[in-house]
Amino acid sequence: MDQFAVKVFVRLRPSVLDPAGEATKSASIKLGAEGIKSLRIGKMIEVKIEGNGENEVREKIDLLCDRLFANTVIEDYEYSLEKL
Amino acid sequence: MDNFTVGIVVFPGSNCDRDVSWALEGCLDIRTKYLWHESSDLSDVDAIVLPGGFSYGDYLRCGAIARFSPLINALDEFVKSGKRVLGICNGFQILTESGFLPGALTANKNLNFICDDVELDIISSKGGWFNNGGEKQIIKLPIAHGEGRYYCDSDTLKKLVDNELIALRYKNNPNGSSFDIAGITNEKGNVLGLMPHPERACDETIGGTDGLFTLKSLILK
Repeated sequence: MDQFAVKVFVRLRPSVLDPAGEATKSASIKLGAEGIKSLRIGKMIEVKIEGNGENEVREKIDLLCDRLFANTVIEDYEYSLEKL
Repeated sequence: MDNFTVGIVVFPGSNCDRDVSWALEGCLDIRTKYLWHESSDLSDVDAIVLPGGFSYGDYLRCGAIARFSPLINALDEFVKSGKRVLGICNGFQILTESGFLPGALTANKNLNFICDDVELDIISSKGGWFNNGGEKQIIKLPIAHGEGRYYCDSDTLKKLVDNELIALRYKNNPNGSSFDIAGITNEKGNVLGLMPHPERACDETIGGTDGLFTLKSLILK
């Protein structure tokens, strides 16, 4: 069995308003940061998982992302995978 | 109808289960039974309410974890059989997360937790959940949510409009919901999800009785 470290990024779809991102953008400007054009907040999920090779692990992660980690009505996801 | 029993689902973090029971038993004389979320035996209930609250602490997304409970798995057959399911607030979030209703509910536009009475237009009485036959097309119900902004894409919205699946719309949209949507039904009409709390509007002394009709309609066949 191989072990992998997976980092999943879940983001609100571009068409969905992100009020928390807007509030943070506003605070960033108040802090004095200049030039911020856009600020959106997502989630990062770290998973350690084992399986028979990368393809099998990718299948498992795809299922998790599609069915649990993200709600694909409002969110997109992508992930990176590193063999340990 | 004497034995008609409404099952009220209790998740870890549900907090409106007893309010629903009080409204059904105390105000409408309808028998209720609490259903722990780990149960998948729905054989002795005739309708189901998914109450408000914060199931599983709203972890990941509101309703996302509740979706995987044995009870929600068993709900598919229950809904297909035509029995009635009412999801209130967190219950509505669970119904969208689990795909019984389209769209999703996400953070209020102004980021506030909004606790207020709101006026609602009855748009459709599909499933008989609302009384839009009389003169009163507007009802007032309390809302209490931080993540009640209904969102769906334009194709879904068109489907909701074309099939008369939009049950309620806010008169003054408090949370940024698409098309002012406060409640929707499935195509068959036996599943209703709404963010307002009908169980908190069942007695004049605590602010009105506009929620009675919807709860009473649980016993419709």
